[in-house]
Amino acid sequence: MNSGFWILNSELKEMSFKDKLLSSYIALEDYLEFDSPLHDVRNNAIKIFEEKGFPTKKDEEWKYTSLNSLLKTDYSVYSNKERNVELQDVRKYFLNEMDTYKLVFIDGVYSSFLSETTHDTLDVCLMSAALNKKKYKPVIEAYFNKAAKSDSLTALNTAFTKEGAYIHIPAHKEVEKPIEILNFSTGNEAAMFLQPRNLIVVGENAHVQIIERHQSLSTNEVLTNSVTEIFAEKRAYVDYYKIQNDVESASLIDNTYISQQRDTVCRVHTFSFGGKLVRNNLNYFQNGENCDSTLKGITILKGKQHVDHNTLVHHISPNCESHQDYKGLFADSSVGVFNGKIIVEKDAQKIDAYQQNDNILIDDNATINAKPQLEIFADDVKCSHGCTIGQFDEEALFYLRSRGIGMKEARGLMMYAFANTVLESVKIPELKVRINKLIANKIGVSLGFEL
Amino acid sequence: MLKIKDLYAGLEGKDILKGINLEVKAGEVHAIMGPNGSGKSTLASVVAGKEEFEVTKGEIIYENEDISELDPEERAHKGIFLSFQYPIEIPGVSVTNFIKTAINETRKAKKMDDMPASEMLKMIKEKAAMLEIDRKFLSRSLNEGFSGGEKKRNEIFQMAMLEPKLAILDETDSGLDIDALKVVANGVNKLKSEDNAIVVITHYQRLLDHIVPDFVHVLMNGKIVKSGTKELAYELEERGYDWIKEELV
Repeated sequence: MNSGFWILNSELKEMSFKDKLLSSYIALEDYLEFDSPLHDVRNNAIKIFEEKGFPTKKDEEWKYTSLNSLLKTDYSVYSNKERNVELQDVRKYFLNEMDTYKLVFIDGVYSSFLSETTHDTLDVCLMSAALNKKKYKPVIEAYFNKAAKSDSLTALNTAFTKEGAYIHIPAHKEVEKPIEILNFSTGNEAAMFLQPRNLIVVGENAHVQIIERHQSLSTNEVLTNSVTEIFAEKRAYVDYYKIQNDVESASLIDNTYISQQRDTVCRVHTFSFGGKLVRNNLNYFQNGENCDSTLKGITILKGKQHVDHNTLVHHISPNCESHQDYKGLFADSSVGVFNGKIIVEKDAQKIDAYQQNDNILIDDNATINAKPQLEIFADDVKCSHGCTIGQFDEEALFYLRSRGIGMKEARGLMMYAFANTVLESVKIPELKVRINKLIANKIGVSLGFEL
Repeated sequence: MLKIKDLYAGLEGKDILKGINLEVKAGEVHAIMGPNGSGKSTLASVVAGKEEFEVTKGEIIYENEDISELDPEERAHKGIFLSFQYPIEIPGVSVTNFIKTAINETRKAKKMDDMPASEMLKMIKEKAAMLEIDRKFLSRSLNEGFSGGEKKRNEIFQMAMLEPKLAILDETDSGLDIDALKVVANGVNKLKSEDNAIVVITHYQRLLDHIVPDFVHVLMNGKIVKSGTKELAYELEERGYDWIKEELV
């Protein structure tokens, strides 16, 4: 049968990249230390990946997003070629308006020239250093891979863990400037597969702001499978921003795991404006009382872009809150997915879980798949969720036009307004202005006021 | 300035306006009164260019040009302003940014440069003071969570900023208490000149104590059935609309 042949064919292709990865692991193993406890973690992880393989549309969690077309490419798993990246090439991707710590990676390799790290009272440094140096061993053993789930993509990253950001904020430390994590790919290889691994441990009563960005500097294909684990010890405050505005040949699978202890506040804002295919797996685990989790996102897509937000808030403890607010604007034949899962365990009484997802389809061919999932086992909780999919409000358009604002600008202003409400909670003013400009730029209208 | 000739317009093939004739000259204030459902708001929307309504017959002549085919924004650029009965809430855009966009879009249409920021700021300050509008109010999202009175005051603020030649005030008095009504009416009166005209649509004579009309028209069943001076408004207040119906028979 014809269709059967095609399935088989695509499976073969997928197997080939999978096989390539599996054989790369064998080569990597030669360089790993025998006595490292990490070695076992890696071995387990590669077994999971070997068993499960890449997810397919048959997996409930991947119903609306297929990796098939991406996996047909023959990616290089590492690059030995010389990287020649000047500050002027990448400067515009930094938050220049203010002083920041910077961790810059070029094709997965740390660039000391472009970075600004520290060991002064806090550690903003490299995963490779943390994995190999003795003094970090207790932290690695206590935290590494402890929040991450054992799905196949996370396991794949775990097996190959080599480089990424290592951030350790000691108790009671308020980090005075934001930390930027920037992953650039140069296009040195025809196609590149990158797997950054970040570990962020925020001590008791400590405070940190982090901005993460993945950016390709060429039009060569890039597929990034990133894993970030964030541990918030009691009363910690974590403010995290993801800027996804990559070129149309770059795809990203972002797996982020946040483990919250009591009285913590963890906020993640995801700005998805670019890339070919982006999948955000954002997972929160509330392990103590009085946790506050905030998940917000703005998605603005055009062309054939595809962005899938897959969120999980696991309410394990009582008296916690979670707030989700995702807004999407979809033009041309772009595709958006929002799959928001909230699990409330039996003991998680008196929690307040809120989820809102609003979408505007700008063109007839754009698609949004929205699926809220609530699993509630406690009986005294407040859970609310709402989802809207709409087009422009004609009454509002007439109102704007009657004030002399033309059709195109009126639509632009409406889109800007729609997205802008999510920005209210961005706590870094310089970043807010940046995002504001990105949004205005994406919408493609000049507004009659300074942003 | 505005000449409406035998205007028929409506929704989905059903006429709501059935032969309106109205002439408004520069420097005049006209009041249009009438019972609910008589077509007052439809008339306002049709003049402002709401596309939902279809003009099936007649002409809307504004400054010697038939504007019935023009877009709402083109009409606004020519100086037509509609104060909405129900202003729309737009979360995410501040009152200030909205008015800046409106002014600069209008200037752009006239091939003028953006208004210099300092001039804009001065104008905003001045007009806000005239309407007793608080600075904080200007940074709030447009109409979001505004009281009925605040919404109407904001409409007149926009009118003051845009300086239209023809302003149509659609039930600007509804939802206003007496103090707010005075502030709003006072603002409108200050904007009145020999060169512009105002059309006030209202149910009640109350607003007309403050914005004194030169002419009062009664709209019933899509037609202007009676016109007179301000005394007609008092008569309507006292006697209602039934006597006009009887007169018509």
